[in-house]
Amino acid sequence: METTTELKSTALSQKHISLGAKMVPFAGYNMPVSYTGLNDEHTTVRNGVGVFDVSHMGEFVLKGDKALDLIQRVTSNDASKLADGKVQYSCMPNDIGGIVDDLLVYRYKADEYYLVVNASNIEKDWNWIQKYNVHGVDMKNISDATSLLAVQGPKALATLQKLTDVNLSAMEYYSFAVGKFAGFDEIIISNTGYTGAGGFEIYFPNAIADKIWDAIFEAGKEFGIKPIGLGARDTLRLEMGFCLYGSDIDDTTSPLEAGLGWITKFTKEFTNSKVLLEQKEKGVTKKLVGFEMLERGIPRHDYEIADAAGAVIGRVTSGTQSPSLNIAIGMGYVKTEFAKADTEIFIKIRDKAIKAKVVKMPFLKK
Amino acid sequence: MTFPENLKYTKDHEWVKIEGNRATVGITEFAQGELGDIVYVEIETEGETLKHEEVFGTVEAVKTVSDLFMPLSGKITEVNPGLQSNPESVNKDPYGSGWMIKVEMSNAAEANNLLSAADYKTLVGH
Repeated sequence: METTTELKSTALSQKHISLGAKMVPFAGYNMPVSYTGLNDEHTTVRNGVGVFDVSHMGEFVLKGDKALDLIQRVTSNDASKLADGKVQYSCMPNDIGGIVDDLLVYRYKADEYYLVVNASNIEKDWNWIQKYNVHGVDMKNISDATSLLAVQGPKALATLQKLTDVNLSAMEYYSFAVGKFAGFDEIIISNTGYTGAGGFEIYFPNAIADKIWDAIFEAGKEFGIKPIGLGARDTLRLEMGFCLYGSDIDDTTSPLEAGLGWITKFTKEFTNSKVLLEQKEKGVTKKLVGFEMLERGIPRHDYEIADAAGAVIGRVTSGTQSPSLNIAIGMGYVKTEFAKADTEIFIKIRDKAIKAKVVKMPFLKK
Repeated sequence: MTFPENLKYTKDHEWVKIEGNRATVGITEFAQGELGDIVYVEIETEGETLKHEEVFGTVEAVKTVSDLFMPLSGKITEVNPGLQSNPESVNKDPYGSGWMIKVEMSNAAEANNLLSAADYKTLVGH
């Protein structure tokens, strides 16, 4: 068990505590898990606007003529398709069939990129990329100096537009701009998020965190803006079927098994690409699927999944009661023959087998 | 946060109201706060006689699940029928309409091992 003294804080930790947040250790950081309650926060993001402090996330800057080559070598998506100001979801396969991390790749310029990685993997990712950095790409880990707020929900655009001259409604999904925001220069405004509710992510230096936070809350006041904790972040992403590293994907799961074939591009060579290509051609033996409970019960990480005869066919990786749909939903790996939509499966909850069915994700349809 | 003086408490964050040989049991305000939004309470032990610390049910919240432990040995004579349709009453009114079971105690002396409001308050750091 981690103790509070060993935990890192974000630049906004005191803000969360003073707002009455329930704080929990997460990925080595003291993070807000909830403020007013998970369902209330979840609904706020789906219907209005909410702000997540996700400053624990890691950011690396890669510069130099060979930066793109290095990114192409370690990630599975094709970063050569990026233009300046564009963002790409990608993953870093390891050499034993699993995933080192999933990440976002930002292209500033042809020779300058920003990688955004999971907090729990910062050190692992850094060392992994360094191992392949044989052509002297200039790498900087700016994680500890960088704050990140995700402002999400249908009212996020109207809230943030008050604070910047950058035309936010003209920004495409998965693109970003560097501009003036709340009176500060060179702030990164990114049309990305992990909620499916629309909105932006704002990257800025720690020193101005309190001011940026206050400006956003002032701008969003008329829309009932609220701070949102990690609890609702998880239920929001799960309704969209977005993978969470450490739960749905990890060092042992292949991107193809995880349904991340769309970011695994065999247009170039990357770590383990030969093995993954072979896997693609032969077909995978297990697949990550979404499922809904048909009887009462809430699936949780690591519960067994069984067939009608009671034989174990897989395991739950994520599960929750969906606040938007008001049904229990989950994700998990099952043997490929059970991966088709509408297949009946059973989740072993304590001593009972509870009926569920495989469904297409996202759970929450637009 | 409230810790009613007329109740006894357990380290498992349950409260017990003792009236003669009968005890009413629920979870504390602290416990419901830790669990978060409760989706349902599953208690299928009505009529059974269980020992102190045995599991009598589970609480499923959006984020987590938690077992419910018998604070005292005895027979479960009643399960709160209101929880079926209003599980959120455990969040809103944990010491009132969110009560969970009534127990006919088989060993009243066990009540001496329960915590006082002051002891429980110290336990949860308030």
